[in-house]
Amino acid sequence: MGGTVSANHDRANLLEVRGLTKIFGTLTACDHIDLNIAKGEIHALLGENGAGKSTLVKMLFGSLEPNSGEIFWDGKPVKITSPGVAKKLGIGMVFQHFSLFEALTAAENIALSLNDGSPISTIAAKARALSFSYGLPLDPDSLVGDLSVGERQRIEIIRCLLQTPQLIILDEPTSVLTPQEADKLFETLERLRSEGKSILYISHRLEEVKRICDRATVLRHGKVVGHCNPREETAASLARMMVGSEVKAVVRAPAEGIETAPALLEIRGLSRKPATPFAIPLKNINLTVRAGEVIGIAGVAGNGQGEFFESVSGEVLQQDAGSVRIRGKDAGAISITGRRLMGAAFVPEERLGHGAAPRMKLSENLLLSRHATDGKAFVGSGGMVKNGSVYSAAQRIITAMDVRKSAPDPEAAALSGGNLQKFIVGRELDRKPSVMIVNQPTWGVDAGAAAHIRQALIELARSGSAVLVISQDLDELFELSDAIAVMHNGELSKPLPIAEATFEKIGLLMGGAEPGHAEHGMEVA
Amino acid sequence: MRIELVKRPQRSALFSMLSPFIAFALTIIAGAIMFALLGVNPLDAFNIYFIQPISEVWQLHELAIKAAPLILIAVGLSVCYKANIWNIGAEGQFIFGAIFGSIIPVLFPQFEGPLVIPLMLLLGMVGGAFYASIPAFLKTRFSTNEILTSLMLVYVAQLFLDWLVRGPWRDPQGHGFPQTIQFGDWAVLPQLMPDAGRANWGFVFALVAAVAIWLMMSRMLKGFEVRVLGSSPRAGRFAGFGFNRMVFFTFLLSGALAGLAGISEVSGAIGQLQPVISPGYGFTAIIVAFLGRLNPLGIVAAGLVLALTYLGGEAVQSALGISDKVARVFQGMLLFFVLGCDTLIHYRIRLIGMALTKGTAKLEAAPKLGEAR
Repeated sequence: MGGTVSANHDRANLLEVRGLTKIFGTLTACDHIDLNIAKGEIHALLGENGAGKSTLVKMLFGSLEPNSGEIFWDGKPVKITSPGVAKKLGIGMVFQHFSLFEALTAAENIALSLNDGSPISTIAAKARALSFSYGLPLDPDSLVGDLSVGERQRIEIIRCLLQTPQLIILDEPTSVLTPQEADKLFETLERLRSEGKSILYISHRLEEVKRICDRATVLRHGKVVGHCNPREETAASLARMMVGSEVKAVVRAPAEGIETAPALLEIRGLSRKPATPFAIPLKNINLTVRAGEVIGIAGVAGNGQGEFFESVSGEVLQQDAGSVRIRGKDAGAISITGRRLMGAAFVPEERLGHGAAPRMKLSENLLLSRHATDGKAFVGSGGMVKNGSVYSAAQRIITAMDVRKSAPDPEAAALSGGNLQKFIVGRELDRKPSVMIVNQPTWGVDAGAAAHIRQALIELARSGSAVLVISQDLDELFELSDAIAVMHNGELSKPLPIAEATFEKIGLLMGGAEPGHAEHGMEVA
Repeated sequence: MRIELVKRPQRSALFSMLSPFIAFALTIIAGAIMFALLGVNPLDAFNIYFIQPISEVWQLHELAIKAAPLILIAVGLSVCYKANIWNIGAEGQFIFGAIFGSIIPVLFPQFEGPLVIPLMLLLGMVGGAFYASIPAFLKTRFSTNEILTSLMLVYVAQLFLDWLVRGPWRDPQGHGFPQTIQFGDWAVLPQLMPDAGRANWGFVFALVAAVAIWLMMSRMLKGFEVRVLGSSPRAGRFAGFGFNRMVFFTFLLSGALAGLAGISEVSGAIGQLQPVISPGYGFTAIIVAFLGRLNPLGIVAAGLVLALTYLGGEAVQSALGISDKVARVFQGMLLFFVLGCDTLIHYRIRLIGMALTKGTAKLEAAPKLGEAR
């Protein structure tokens, strides 16, 4: 770590961090982190989930207090005790999860955070001018609830720029953007760099880091494992630095005879009215998943994927019983338990609190989704739970999925995200379901665990099940799927066979190009 | 200076178990201060309050009489609270159980035989469950807050009972006293050991209920359902457990047990309906439920402790001339200290000095981080 400061010595450092440490209980989330950000550079902060990126950034933005270490701003020691202090210094932040009021307009949201008493109309005018000059057009008078996720991110960025920061921190900004929207963002970032502003860019997407970043700092398990120039590295070498070992590539054998295989999951004209004012209505969704295939559903977050998952899983019932069919039988009016008994299995997006009860043991969490399907094995006469057989089944899943844990049967919340996800996916795979529906299978999961889960899903399909994967991660969908459909604003495009699908085509559909007209859209672009 | 509660990463299992005992010790200390301020020697007062009321066998029977309704009600409430559903109206369900159960001895006193008691108990449970179904219905149908509706229905029940015993159900030969006729022999809950003391079968019902509910919560799928829906409702929905069904289940169960306690009390200890049939059992049972860690077996112990506060209150009133409201004070302190201890098990207190806040205002003057720590 010592010789790493040298890389960009020609330019003055805007921010210098020395030995920054943050300890949560027994976990050292950040362990003596050194980081230098020069004026006018885009600096990447790379690392897997749980590597300490968010903790580090929160300390720089004043929302967490470090246990030890020093921060220098323009060469002077500073203590950033609150986000207000950070803003005064000239540090702006665009969070991964937006903090916007959906029922207010963009300008009102900006005014709330500026808190300087200037009238909304002045702020709106400023925001409009700024947004156009940076190529991020924004209508300040529109209601946030009506805006897409990409547009909401623009509000966050504009809000940050209005405070004329010297350093802008962006946390996984492209995770909610289509490839085309991401391109636009990159142009804006390059423009900011040319104005002498510094950017700390947090990401785990190696290709984009290689494309726009001047330097990179790589974190692993809370420690800096290296600084590098990402342009001189390959995606593979960056991944090795992040993960610490080679990541096994996922193998997808070609699917054969799918056209004639029986349709195990059929969705026919599925529509759903929005349950809340800002929920997305589902509009006439049609999809067939046959035995042996993996269908991927791409889309920017918040385009109805959550609503779709709830409808297909049976957490919300349909009025038209025929709109969801499982193994050839109408299931629309059947509850989630009934659909499980028909052979379907579900993995929701949220792990803690939805897929698993955080304060319950893994064995109890096994019972959570399988108390009915494995009624005879797990529940005895009179409703008594057979703790012994539940426990041994949980251990079987733990072994099969290589779940790493600190106790024989720990609480779900005690596991890391990746290990809990392996358990939750394994819990369903262990049943050998004939229909498997997974929402964000590897969200926030480290690379090793992600590869394991993806491989397991492909193998389930090849053994004769129908697998439906909803994901925001295009790389993942291209790795897994035999065909990819795109969800946009509650509508689902026709699935594109993987041989015909490209990032470009899928990206256009994600941005709302007419389903089925991807070819045409491309010519325009 | 600012005080913050910071969540502890790990809850201490030891202190979770010790918390009721620490709370009890703190209550004793605070009680000693209170007695001293009242001009009574605390040691004498404690002797009269806590020791003398249980020094003879017949007094233990009295303790069992007071503990039985507390345990019955608290065991039912513990299921509600585990499911994160807040039935505060057990007092009203207790009263309605007593009213329903009294239908036979009051309106049909000529109906006699061994069937009378089982029918009364059954009607008592139906009455309590019926009264508890009102807040359950309001919650599931209109999303009302069950804390408010169940609590307010207590006053409705109290006034309804008052009207009944002054009006249509008043004993015509009772010289105008607001009470019903004395229950016939077949309508009185038998005593367990008539030679030794007054304790009746109500205490057995309480113990059976505690064991049964303990078995359900720890071993059965239904108990698992309660715990899942209580701790993570969304995961419960994913498991296919219905929240509305759970609201009804917990309210009907706790209402039925409170109703059973009500009719047992009236038929066993009082022998007729009066304007007031409970010294606040339905509310005290909330303290019992929490003091017992929402664990049915812990609740049995907690029920006996709280029953003693009632007996002690009567004892200090007659021996020292101190108001029996002192019992309420002890119960209140106990709940306060239990909740306080529980909070400190989950959170630790952090004091944030002014120096830090000032530092944020003057950046230039801020000390180096290393020195501050």
